[in-house]
Amino acid sequence: MSATHPHLRVFDASDPRRASRAGADLREGLGKWRLAAALAWGDIKHRYRGSVLGPFWVTLTTAAMVVALGFFYSHILKVDPGTFFPWLAISLILWAMVSQAVTDGAECFTSAESVIRQLSLPFTVHVLRCILRNLLVAAHNLPLIVAVMFLFDISPGIGVLAFIPGFLIFVCNAFWAAFFLGMICARFRDIPPIISSLMQLCFFITPIIWMPEQLGDNAHWLLFNPFNAIMETMRAPLLGRPLEVGVWFAAIGFTVLLWIVAQAFFTRFRGRIAFWV
Amino acid sequence: MPSIKAEALTIEFPLYHHNARSLKKRLFEGATRRVKRDAESRVVVAALAELNFTIGKGERVALVGSNGAGKTTLLRTIAGIYEPVAGRLSVEGEIGSLIDPGAGMNPLLTGRENIVLRGLYRGMSEKDGRALADEVAEFSGLGEFIDLPIRGYSAGMNVRLSFAMATAITPEILLMDEWFLAGDADFMAKAEERLTRLVTGADILVIATHDMAIVRQWCTRAIKLDSGRIIADGPVEEVLGPAD
Repeated sequence: MSATHPHLRVFDASDPRRASRAGADLREGLGKWRLAAALAWGDIKHRYRGSVLGPFWVTLTTAAMVVALGFFYSHILKVDPGTFFPWLAISLILWAMVSQAVTDGAECFTSAESVIRQLSLPFTVHVLRCILRNLLVAAHNLPLIVAVMFLFDISPGIGVLAFIPGFLIFVCNAFWAAFFLGMICARFRDIPPIISSLMQLCFFITPIIWMPEQLGDNAHWLLFNPFNAIMETMRAPLLGRPLEVGVWFAAIGFTVLLWIVAQAFFTRFRGRIAFWV
Repeated sequence: MPSIKAEALTIEFPLYHHNARSLKKRLFEGATRRVKRDAESRVVVAALAELNFTIGKGERVALVGSNGAGKTTLLRTIAGIYEPVAGRLSVEGEIGSLIDPGAGMNPLLTGRENIVLRGLYRGMSEKDGRALADEVAEFSGLGEFIDLPIRGYSAGMNVRLSFAMATAITPEILLMDEWFLAGDADFMAKAEERLTRLVTGADILVIATHDMAIVRQWCTRAIKLDSGRIIADGPVEEVLGPAD
């Protein structure tokens, strides 16, 4: 037997070994994070081509929305602006990140169509590129978070560290959601508009422009809203709100569920993506 | 040792004409029996049907055949872009693909940044990518333009950049879609010399082309495809007939 070549690639359709191929895709894809980062950076550059304010447009629009909705809704809902304003600001900023991760993640494969059809790359690279791009966009609003905490004198103390696991849960969800939705949207082209209208619905049924306390006895139903669970694990530490164990369990539960479904889906249909896009 | 081996290699393209692709259509198909049966017998195009061949070290193979015969699909399959639906394919050796030399370029990045990006695509480190960029910058002769965004390049400059970039590294298995040579007279001479080195340096060349002069000049073997099947395979003279 001769020594195996470092670049040996065998594909046998009668023995597709899908699980190990999907695993190798993930490993190699994550190993190419530098490529994904360079591509994400290129996407960001593309976005600001010819714009005067560049990245600060994002920050300004969010700020304008927070101020306008803050006055308006604290009046309608008759809540104390001192509590409502920081809640609304942080919620809107987190929601922008979450909904962007979903809608943009849904197009992670279709938007990379030209590359997928020309170069043999792990599909994980396209997902990673999408995640990194969205995190860069989300980072634009960081100054707002700091400003709000400063203006409203919120000092969550050491508890703010709980944001980190919450954020990791979010990243994990964004990663697998992009795989799952990206594949479905590559196959069925009418899914992206459905997703954006669903996200609009979720915006209203998730506590963002209203507070969970206003639900009264019905607040426990919120545990069934994955968006609430994912957002609350990041939001509560930032606002210094008490951490609810139930929310954490819900967030981890939803994450595991999505992970299992998405990885199973990816394992089964990975070989078809190149034909779909 | 570098080799490409295909056994009953089959690729089928599902044909999603604009309606069949939508979810709405799928849902309604579920509702009525008759249409559902149509959905199950999905329209597929057999792009490659049960190909058998072995390409060994030192062979320079031309894929010939009319448009739609499956030449590019076969190249993409060897490159690892499409997974076979049936049969077996084993490829041993590092692949360099000139199927679309401009793929993955970002028009807003400078020439140099694009070269580094290409290096990353190929799995190089950033440091190696920058070394590659120096080499490519020199060969392309773009001068100070190499540090400007490539969207400002003329068509000729673009070709020079992608040529210099694509031919900078000699792979073990070289895949080409059409003989890739362009530029003004000066550059052409330089490019031809470089391409010769690349083609003779690679252990295996697989090229899809319509240009029979290229086939006769460079290739040792020709595989003729028609509707996804091999209809002739052998030495160039045998497949194409004697030169006129």
